[in-house]
Amino acid sequence: MATTADTFQAHPDEHHDHDADHKPGFFARWFMSTNHKDIGTLYLLFAVMAGIIGGAISGIMRVELQEPGIQYLGWWVEFMGGGPSDFDKAGHMWNVLITAHGLIMVFFMVMPAMIGGFGNWFVPLMIGAPDMAFPRMNNISFWLTVAGFLSLMFSLFVPGGTGLGAGIGWTAYAPLSTTGSVGPAVDFAIFSLHLAGAGSILGATNFITTIFNMRAPGMTLHKMPLFVWSVLVTAFLLLLALPVLAAAITMLLTDRNFGTTFFDQAGGGDPILYQHLFWFFGHPEVYIMILPGFGIISQIVATFSRKPVFGYLGMAYAMVAIGVIGFIVWAHHMFTVGLDVNTKMYFTAATMVIAVPTGVKIFSWIATMWGGSLEFKSPMVWALGFIFLFTVGGVTGVVLANGGVDDNLHDTYYVVAHFHYVLSLGAVFAIFAGIYYWFPKMSGRMHSELLAHIHFWVFFVGVNLIFFPMHFLGMNGMPRRYPDYTAAYAYWNEVASIGYYIMAAGMAVFFVNMIYSLLAGRRAEGNYWGAGATTLEWSLSSPPPFHQFSTLPVIEDHHSHHDHIGAAGSATAH
Amino acid sequence: MILGGVARKRLHSLPLLFAALALVAPVQPALAQAAQQAGASAEQSPAQAQGMTTSEADAVSPNVADPSAPVDEAAEASTQDVAAGSDAYTPLGPEWIRGAPESGAMTFQTQHSPQGKFALWFHDAILLPLIVAICLIVLGLLLWVVARYNRRANTVPSKTSHNTLIEVIWTAVPVLILVAIAIPSITLLARQYRSAPADALTIKATGYQWYWGFTYPDNGGFEVISNMKDEGEALAEGFPAQLEADNRMVVPVGEPIRLQTTGADVIHSFGVPSLWFKIDAVPGRINERMLVIEEPGIYYGQCMELCGARHAYMPIAIEAVPRPQFEAWVRAQGGTVGGEAEAAPTALAPAQEPESSVEGAPGAGQAPTTTTAPGVPAPAAN
Repeated sequence: MATTADTFQAHPDEHHDHDADHKPGFFARWFMSTNHKDIGTLYLLFAVMAGIIGGAISGIMRVELQEPGIQYLGWWVEFMGGGPSDFDKAGHMWNVLITAHGLIMVFFMVMPAMIGGFGNWFVPLMIGAPDMAFPRMNNISFWLTVAGFLSLMFSLFVPGGTGLGAGIGWTAYAPLSTTGSVGPAVDFAIFSLHLAGAGSILGATNFITTIFNMRAPGMTLHKMPLFVWSVLVTAFLLLLALPVLAAAITMLLTDRNFGTTFFDQAGGGDPILYQHLFWFFGHPEVYIMILPGFGIISQIVATFSRKPVFGYLGMAYAMVAIGVIGFIVWAHHMFTVGLDVNTKMYFTAATMVIAVPTGVKIFSWIATMWGGSLEFKSPMVWALGFIFLFTVGGVTGVVLANGGVDDNLHDTYYVVAHFHYVLSLGAVFAIFAGIYYWFPKMSGRMHSELLAHIHFWVFFVGVNLIFFPMHFLGMNGMPRRYPDYTAAYAYWNEVASIGYYIMAAGMAVFFVNMIYSLLAGRRAEGNYWGAGATTLEWSLSSPPPFHQFSTLPVIEDHHSHHDHIGAAGSATAH
Repeated sequence: MILGGVARKRLHSLPLLFAALALVAPVQPALAQAAQQAGASAEQSPAQAQGMTTSEADAVSPNVADPSAPVDEAAEASTQDVAAGSDAYTPLGPEWIRGAPESGAMTFQTQHSPQGKFALWFHDAILLPLIVAICLIVLGLLLWVVARYNRRANTVPSKTSHNTLIEVIWTAVPVLILVAIAIPSITLLARQYRSAPADALTIKATGYQWYWGFTYPDNGGFEVISNMKDEGEALAEGFPAQLEADNRMVVPVGEPIRLQTTGADVIHSFGVPSLWFKIDAVPGRINERMLVIEEPGIYYGQCMELCGARHAYMPIAIEAVPRPQFEAWVRAQGGTVGGEAEAAPTALAPAQEPESSVEGAPGAGQAPTTTTAPGVPAPAAN
């Protein structure tokens, strides 16, 4: 079990030297990779690239929304090869943009960064394993995700009904996504979800197997770092939710191409059935995106408070509870479809229950800091930002949970504000916190703390300026997914667009920081965060050796969940 | 600079926005009012400002029950009939706008239905103070730990890792709060699902790509096709662009209406923010809600479910008028009222195909302005 990586690395001639740092050649290393750290790096680079595209699309959207009227969509129609633009093509272009932005950010940015990137890199390191349980399947997971992304990009350039590309929203509701969109674009967009979903299911099985079977001796489940717990829960959500998505979108494909009528009332089907299936996946999906972030924040808060996480068991089982409840609240996304009153009451109540374990997490993070010795390094600053902004996004979720209140807010900008507070300001803040926490560990080079702090403050101002006014727009009635609006909505839309430019400036600082650190950053020590960093990755060099833990670390009985290194730490360090 | 005209003018409210994020909520009404006043004086046409500022509008709007109430000069032409309760019908003018977004507003639109008023109270009196309080508590705790437990202030971290009592408290207290929220929340739902009385007027709203059709089955079954009014035309007449329709959905004021929705092609959603009313228009099913509009006026809504290229351009304009005007309007559409049902001529107008098409068929989204076809069933949506 422990020699999996060596076996698959398969260089029999060189086995004698036991060089843990032996790396294969460039092509073999990056295109046929079976090393969890290399695959994690690939996932992170892929997520950055997809994030740039998805973020650029949101820039196009914010520029268009800066003032009433259609200003730039026609230009984009022609730029993307759609021929001479007209009113309908411009409107379709908008729908293509919102669809691409949503799908890219969910499936090709947040998920690959959180699970594929940080999960691959740090789950084996944190549990003291040499690699993932199925290294070659790990490789397939990554390249399926890439193939899915290419399929989505291809869909932008083929007919999708009124114009080029799939303009169906990330939710792909039938019948707009079936009879409502003629042409191959929607098929390619759907197929991209099949590919990315298959990759994620394989990844989920890999994580579950790894975490259950490859923990270092002495590391019981209740001694695992909370990040590993979060990935474990996330993997179960993926494993249970994605097959339902796969079924739903496969039925979309057969409705579109093979004459079935699963979602077509004319043949006895039901468009609402699609929504039930989609959101049975879709709601766990939002926890899939945020749970690893919870894990990252827990590690960071404990590290920079120099204190063990407060209420460790409560934190772990709060995530389990969120995962379980996450499966039984899906219809709150469908409060206006015409649900039965009892159904709506149930989903109102069940949805509000999620606030309880979420509150436990927020309070436990604060209690972890309470009495601590806080050091405001860049990851900690991002984590503090996360805790506050996720709270703001969470409480608007409590408002939306009320089915009767949602009757007014459903499909308005209030919902856009809500889910961007928990994702664009929650998940993304967690990702940046994770990057600044682990970037030197992964690259071996320290980033600039000054630039990281500037990045934080500029980004913090920018995203709040983008998304907070959206609450006002939504309460005042502005619908989602509109490229154009009446004059009354112009004020806050312009504020939001200005916020985008500030946010974009913050991103520029981030990229400068990354390039600077790779080119000229100070070399990172094994444990550059000092005494508070106690999980196993800090017992290794930065970057860790190509193969680590050829001698398995042992977690002694007296080690708590917080301190895995202890006195024995030096023995396992390379 | 990137700042455009509007933002430059009102930049003074930005620091306020930032000062608090969630903190602004308590001062929202004040801010909104300030913005509203600035907007009214700077940008809106007199008619629009008048129509949109509720307090002002109330002051000048004629009391329906009192025909002798003074009528504003500009409003006179179109409101006389309403006020007088005569049975002639004239479309309401912009001074009658009661439900529309306000520039720079930070709150919900003023509510004009009983459920809307209850829901707004629930939000403003319970939910909003609660979520603001939670955000402030979390922010306060964060600022406290930052100030008190930073490395300079507290060099030696404690080793506390759990405290059962406090963990029980922060689990149980939220549960109690949520139970407290659930009571008015469930009440609101129950009220929203009250059925209209058996004799209530039925109106069926059908979503097409990309316009609305309003069928009046109790009045001979005619269907009014409602397209977005040309923006320039709407503005010239004092109506908000992209919200005004060429033919409004006319309803009797103050009485329960059985509003049914369905979709003809893809899913649309019938949403009117100032009535707290939103129900999807789904092909193959008919959704039904009771709608009561408390005072005469114009209430704007929009399609709230992504439905294709012109999703943003199929507004809903509801015009609530007293019963006699409503009946006059029905007759003008070729419909019938009460017992006169069977008297209508059968060949008033040819049946109209709903010109919905995703393939850009000519006329998509530009169906004939008014279809009056008594006895002709609504275009098959099911």
